[in-house]
This record gives sequence, structure tokens and C-alpha cells, in this order.
Amino acid sequence: MGLTGLFLCTFLVVHMIGNLQLFKNDQGLAFNLYAVLMTTNPFIKTVSYLLYLSIIGHAVQGIYLVFKNKQSRPVQYAVYDGKASSTWASRNMGLLGTILLVFVAVHLSDFWFEYKFGHVPYATYATNLENGDVKFMPAPPDYKQFNKLEETTMSTPEGQFKITIVKNLYLEVSEGFKSPWLVIFYLLSMCAVSFHLYHGFQSAFKSFGINHPKINGIVNFIGTWIFAIGIPAGFAAMPLYFFFK
Amino acid sequence: MSEQNINVTLKVWRQRNSQSKGGFETYPLNDVSTDMSFLEMFDVLNEKLIQEGKDPVAFDHDCREGICGMCSMFINGRPHGPKQAVTTCQLHMRSFKNGETIVVEPWRAKPFPVIKDLVVDRSAFDRIISAGGFISVNTGNAQDANAIPIAKDNADESFAAAACIGCGACVAACKNASAMLFVSAKVSQLALLPQGQPERKQRVMDMVAQMDNEGFGACTNTGACSAECPKEISLTNIARMNRDFLAAEMTAK
Repeated sequence: MGLTGLFLCTFLVVHMIGNLQLFKNDQGLAFNLYAVLMTTNPFIKTVSYLLYLSIIGHAVQGIYLVFKNKQSRPVQYAVYDGKASSTWASRNMGLLGTILLVFVAVHLSDFWFEYKFGHVPYATYATNLENGDVKFMPAPPDYKQFNKLEETTMSTPEGQFKITIVKNLYLEVSEGFKSPWLVIFYLLSMCAVSFHLYHGFQSAFKSFGINHPKINGIVNFIGTWIFAIGIPAGFAAMPLYFFFK
Repeated sequence: MSEQNINVTLKVWRQRNSQSKGGFETYPLNDVSTDMSFLEMFDVLNEKLIQEGKDPVAFDHDCREGICGMCSMFINGRPHGPKQAVTTCQLHMRSFKNGETIVVEPWRAKPFPVIKDLVVDRSAFDRIISAGGFISVNTGNAQDANAIPIAKDNADESFAAAACIGCGACVAACKNASAMLFVSAKVSQLALLPQGQPERKQRVMDMVAQMDNEGFGACTNTGACSAECPKEISLTNIARMNRDFLAAEMTAK
């Protein structure tokens, strides 16, 4: 549980850093190129299969734990004052995890599945090699190309241009987050991430046997400020950015 | 704090035996001295029940000075009631308000079946101890106590772990009914001392295996066990046991 959990935490950091390119004001060129890299680089592809396995493993083991632990108390208490002795997050990891599993399914079908198997339109970017200006032109709706990425250089009277034709995942993202329901769903899911990691990150260390005053401070600090606050806030900023853009 | 008398309403779990279903009975109790311990209040209730020709409430108790680990009782949603680092026998009625309704249940966990009313069978703990919570010593004269040097820190930590009275509040408090705090305290008290080293790996594997066999839940590090422990056994014991267990599993023959 802890092993897959911490691996998923490292994924979140990478995912966060990569997705920050959504905020770049270049009509999505950097983000779309990043999407190509993430789906073609052999190393990243290998790690991504490990990631899918980790998500499934983490979920299956989590569900198993919830049911096994329920069996250890067949008769429930009439009155149980959980808040007197433990945090809400620590007692509701199963519920939070279930929300996150639903979120992962929706998130993957919206973007990952669409990108790989669905119909994502292509976009053409002309980058002026002298001043770096990017010009954006949508490709015709029925346009298809063999490679995910085509790059050519063109000389025109106005100067040298690099022409980039790439699947426009950025459009999918920016259009998707025009829907208030999707934005609300994402924000709620990020709250679930926050509470899940507030307990989960430091709990993983305890499961590995790491619980010592010398280390707990830094573990709790990272768990709270980076994983429970920084990461969810950063991800939550993305749907909000496109909704209000 | 001056003595006064309060009226309380008790909602007590009554169950004839381990097979029967059980349910709550409500008992109003008037003129309860705030200087009474919680168990003395139950003594008064039971005398009243006996005088009325009713079956008194069965509950576990022995030393009544907070060191034997016999008393249990899940009071208003918390093991050993609302106070920290206190057993039920050391809990006093001054911790309750006049007119309060107090809900009293037995420990609830599959490995702790109810014998009668508030009494549960905690012999699962004894079987875990039998599985490895001991050191093997040759017969004959005991060695001089000071012959084995022990670091003061380790002696202190070992003693703190050994303060566990095995009452089962950790299991009762845990949302998973996990016994990790109890088992880890019993593993740690020996793992921290030189005398515990020869059987250290085997001990942790055997005790964890027995714990799982008994049907206790898995630890999710909520920390409720330590927060509710009347002896304030530290969560660090669980981490130590996890460390020892991982190392033992990886190196055991």
C-alpha cells in the first residue's frame, strides 16, 4: 500500500510539473509537444505501465483492506467518537480513495483515452525562428497524419519558420474545462487528493518502519505542504484557469 | 473540587452470552457521588439491580488501581471513557455532567467475543504472547542483573513499552480493530534488550502470524490506539515492529 502510494506521489510531482505548461501563453504548443514526448518516449512508456499497475494494485489492495478490516469488527459500536483520537482523513481513506478511483477513470477517459483512441483535432504551429513568435492554425477537422508529430522548416519572405503539426490536446483541455460541472468535479476530487495524501504520505513511512522524531518533522512537512496543499492546489488551478480564461 | 451528587442515565449493553444477540438497556441512576469511580458507580447500579431481583451487569475488573488491565468498557464512544491515560477504574464520575446520558458498550472486535454484557474474551492476546512474547532462559541461578550492560535510552524505551497492561483499548479504539499497538509493545520491550536478541526475528514473525490468525484488522496508522491507550504506548513501537518484521521476513531461513 505504502510502496504503490509513494510511487503514485512521485508521479503526481512529475504530472504537476509537466502540466504547468498549460499556463504557458503559446496556444498550447509546449503542452502538445510534451504530450507527444510522454506518449512516445520508451522510458516514459515503460514507467507508465508501472504506473497503471500501481494504480490498479493500490486500488485493489485498498478495497481488500477496507473489507478485511470491516470483518474484524462484525458488530459496530452504537457510539464511536473517532474524532477524539484520530484525524478525519485517516479514518476515511477508503472513501477518499474511491472518489479518486472514479476521478482517475473520468480523467483518463476524458483526456488519455481521447488522445490515444478518440478524435483529437490536429493543430499547426508556425514558429518564427528569428523572433520566436508562434502562429497557430487549426488543421482541417478530417486531417490525419501517420506520425504524432511532423516538424519541417520553411523559408518565406517574412523569414524562417518552423512548422509543427501535432495533436491538439490543449484544445481538449481548454474546451473541457468550459463545463462548470467538470470543473466542480475536478475541484472536489482535488480536495479528496488533499485529504488522502495528508494522511497517506506520512502513513506510508510509518508502514515502512520509519517513525522517528528526527525524520517525522520533514516527512510531515512534505506530506502537508507539498502533497496535501501544493499539489492539489496546483492541479485545481488548471480547471479554474481555463474556466475563467 | 467539592463532592456533589449527580443524576445520570446509563445505556448499557446487555448480552446473555456469546451466542445471544444483545441490546441496550437504560438505567437511570440518581445521587451518584462525583468522587465515585466509574466502576463504583456500576457497583451501586448492580446492588440496585440485585435488590430489584434483576440480573446485575457483568463487567471485568480486578486491581481497580489502573495497573492490571482487566477493566474495559467503551464509554461514550471511547475506550476507558473521556480522559486521557486513564483506565475505566481510575475514571471518576466528576468527569461527567449532571443529567448526562452515558453509553457503555463492550470492546467490539471479532477476536474479542462478548462473554456476557460488558465482559469480552481477551485470550487472543494471551495466545499472541504464547506465540513469541517471551525469552528462553536456562534454569539455575539467575545471572547478576548488572552483568549485562544496557544503554539507558534502550532501557527507558523498553520499560515504556512494557508499561502496556494488555487491556485491549487499542483494539477497541482502532477503526480496523487492529492489535498492532499491543503486539508491537510486546515485541519492542524484548527487542530493545540484550536478552531479547536471540529470538528477535522468530518472535516478531510468530507474534505477527498469530495476530493475523486471530482475525485482528490491519494497521492504517490512524493513531487512535496510542491516543486512547491508558498507558500512552507510543506509535513508534508499531514502526519498530514493522522494521523488525520486514528485516526478519527478508532474512529468515
